[in-house]
Amino acid sequence: MFENFDLQKAIFGRLTLESIPYHEPILVMTFIGVAIGGAVVLGAITYFKLWGYLWREWFTSVDHKRIGAMYIILGLVMLLRGFADAIMMRAQQAVAFNGNEGYLPAHHFDQIFTAHGVIMIFFVAMPLVTGLMNFVVPLQIGARDVAFPFLNNFSFWMTVAGAMLVMASLFVGEFARTGWLAYPPLSDYAYSPDVGVDYYIWALQVAGVGTLLSGVNLIATIVKMRCPGMTMMRMPVFTWTALCTNILIVAAFPVLTGVLALLSMDRYVGTNFFTNDFGGNPMMYVNLIWIWGHPEVYILVLPVFGVFSEVTATFSGKKLFGYTSMVYATVVITILSYLVWLHHFFTMGSGASVNSFFGITTMIISIPTGAKMFNWLFTMYRGRIRFELPMMWTLAFMLTFVIGGMTGVLLAVPPADFVLHNSLFLIAHFHNVIIGGVVFGSFAGISYWFPKVTGFKLDPFWGKMSFWFWVIGFYFAFMPLYVLGLMGVTRRLRVFDDPSLQIWFVIAAFGAFLIALGIGSFLVQLAVSIKNREKLRDLTGDPWNGRTLEWSTSSPPPVYNFAFTPVVYDNDAWWDMKQHGYKRPMEGFKPIHMPSNTGAGIILAGLSAVTAFALIWYIWWLAALGFVSLIATAIGHTFNYHRSFNIPREQIVETERERSQELLQAAGA
Amino acid sequence: MTTMTAEAVKTEDKRLFYVADEHEHGEGGSTLLGFWLYLMSDCLVFAVLFATYGVLGGSYAAGPSPRDLFDLPLVAVNTSMLLFSSITYGFAVLEMQKNRANRMLLWLFVTMLFGGAFLGIELSEFAHMIHEGATPQRSAFLSSFFTLVGTHGLHVTFGIIWMITLVIQVWKFGLSEANKRRLLCLSMFWHFLDVVWIGVFTFVYLMGVLR
Repeated sequence: MFENFDLQKAIFGRLTLESIPYHEPILVMTFIGVAIGGAVVLGAITYFKLWGYLWREWFTSVDHKRIGAMYIILGLVMLLRGFADAIMMRAQQAVAFNGNEGYLPAHHFDQIFTAHGVIMIFFVAMPLVTGLMNFVVPLQIGARDVAFPFLNNFSFWMTVAGAMLVMASLFVGEFARTGWLAYPPLSDYAYSPDVGVDYYIWALQVAGVGTLLSGVNLIATIVKMRCPGMTMMRMPVFTWTALCTNILIVAAFPVLTGVLALLSMDRYVGTNFFTNDFGGNPMMYVNLIWIWGHPEVYILVLPVFGVFSEVTATFSGKKLFGYTSMVYATVVITILSYLVWLHHFFTMGSGASVNSFFGITTMIISIPTGAKMFNWLFTMYRGRIRFELPMMWTLAFMLTFVIGGMTGVLLAVPPADFVLHNSLFLIAHFHNVIIGGVVFGSFAGISYWFPKVTGFKLDPFWGKMSFWFWVIGFYFAFMPLYVLGLMGVTRRLRVFDDPSLQIWFVIAAFGAFLIALGIGSFLVQLAVSIKNREKLRDLTGDPWNGRTLEWSTSSPPPVYNFAFTPVVYDNDAWWDMKQHGYKRPMEGFKPIHMPSNTGAGIILAGLSAVTAFALIWYIWWLAALGFVSLIATAIGHTFNYHRSFNIPREQIVETERERSQELLQAAGA
Repeated sequence: MTTMTAEAVKTEDKRLFYVADEHEHGEGGSTLLGFWLYLMSDCLVFAVLFATYGVLGGSYAAGPSPRDLFDLPLVAVNTSMLLFSSITYGFAVLEMQKNRANRMLLWLFVTMLFGGAFLGIELSEFAHMIHEGATPQRSAFLSSFFTLVGTHGLHVTFGIIWMITLVIQVWKFGLSEANKRRLLCLSMFWHFLDVVWIGVFTFVYLMGVLR
């Protein structure tokens, strides 16, 4: 028995030196870039002695505002990675004609389109909307934190751990070459025996725990922690959309967890769920993953519908038109999003009746969405519209999303889908709604709430540069794909035979280049704004003449959000307070009970990442050790019963006094 | 126009926009709701496994079928173990509400014994099946059977680990509010596993033998 014992395998599993892709120049260059960049950042943190500060004030923080901000930073960092993948694909497809193989080998190209999809959905769009919800929702409902502050911190670090695993696959081993949903049998062990699909599975499982728990957390927060007077039908629309989104998260993500667990059973244990033989059924996987996948697109887009509702009302200086219909439209979309999943695979061959059912439910979704669109239009009608940056993003969204929605209705017609399925028309459609909806919405939300997070506005000039590059770049990048899709070009192709197609790919690459300038302008905007922060400072806490409760506090809000819990009489609570001559209470402060920071979240997430990494590489001893320490740490954490403290009255008096001075200063200026 | 009316309102209406005299809220007010939400998400994981069993449960791949494998009397004993454990957990909660920590610990101990017996019988059933060649790899039916029943068993295992933790905590720190809350969460978890098992017993075992 022991003569076959391989010490290296026992210690390192299937991880060998060959797993490091040092023979691929693109990856080596990327690695050098990342290593230098990382060394500079880490060196700077060490040089300025920021580790202690970051650990105490941010990494271990249970403050929903800080966690929200960290989610957004994660989303923006991952956007750079996801976009790097995008522009590489665009460049490859623009040159790979007339026998030119382009610069990406197939092995690498397939990883890039998989990583692009996975990163953009799970580690860009999800953190951006989760970050906005985390930051804004407790403030909008007049609460001091979320229902489970520690869980919130843990959720965030689990998302980071998932993102780290995807990033690790770039330099250690490889990522999946299966497309972003990893359909079997291709993703089964027989056809993908390498670590790529395992990275995919464990990155999503680890991040999925975080997403699910943050969904539970925000539902409990919205249901239980609204301030007095805030009935359900007085909640701001953003909070409504956040509630519906988190209900969708809790109702959809377990399905993803389940189906990925079954796939890992196939890969690790050799079961036959999705194999071609022994009774397995690959279509089972496709059904299950889309039962999660379709609600997922609404998980992303509902919160940004909320953002647009807030922005439109604020910058039109009017109450939102049709509040009740907006709420019902959101709820109807939430329910319908569960009844459409099969439209992702009409060509599976379910028969005419099943396909018609799902085609019709899909088309019905456009009705509540259309109602929302009209509500925004009527809110603007006869309003005094201020064309500030968030409003510009909103207008670009309204135009772009309507186009994307209409091509979506087109795809919902099963016979049309048989022609367009898997074509670039589909790619153009979903980028049309995701960029036009989620990305534009996230930028609207970021520029809208940035002054609340930091205390100063974003620089408008570079913001407008970013806006125009993004919007024009989007149309250049994706309108050609509609044309190509109608001509029958399928997705995920690395080289092309027909030279007449090339011009469209060149236009699309030009569009991607414009978007790159848009992202660059956004980064410049951040840098310029931080540099000019004194000039852009907002002392009032209400820079846009806002309508909802988050604008009633200082910017950035104190750790306890509200010295006194607000009482609400109207939908636009803060607007109502301003109209009724609200005066800040200046005495009668009491100590405020708040949760304490804890390092347990980041430690648990780190152990999860180590366990996942060990499972990916078959390092069994490390996986077992990681898992046992994970459970032990979790149990150990439950022995800590002292999880909160009182902010002393004096500190609150002092904070509120500073706030009064700021307000006086603002009034004087 | 709106500002005019607002000005008018301002003078006559003195609304109080904040809670002047706030009382301390106890911690953990949302815990039971949050735990319910988690349980419903867990229920969906089981829904996926049940659906998979529903689709693949008849795919024997020329291998053994439920009729060849299931020993209903044994499963009936097993089921009663789990049902008894739920009753005894209920007794533990009753004692908890009367603040009788020692009696409660005794009932928790009995619950753990029943839970352990359930796991023991289940594992011996699995071992027997694997010994017969009915492994999870043999057919899609067996893959989905082992995964569904095994996931339930895994939950019971974690329930027992959790119970041991709570026994230690109650023993060390007494029946504090926090510990009572935790005991109620575990109670929901434990009864939930019972409900899931009723589904497994009906759909997998009883209907499997009927097939």
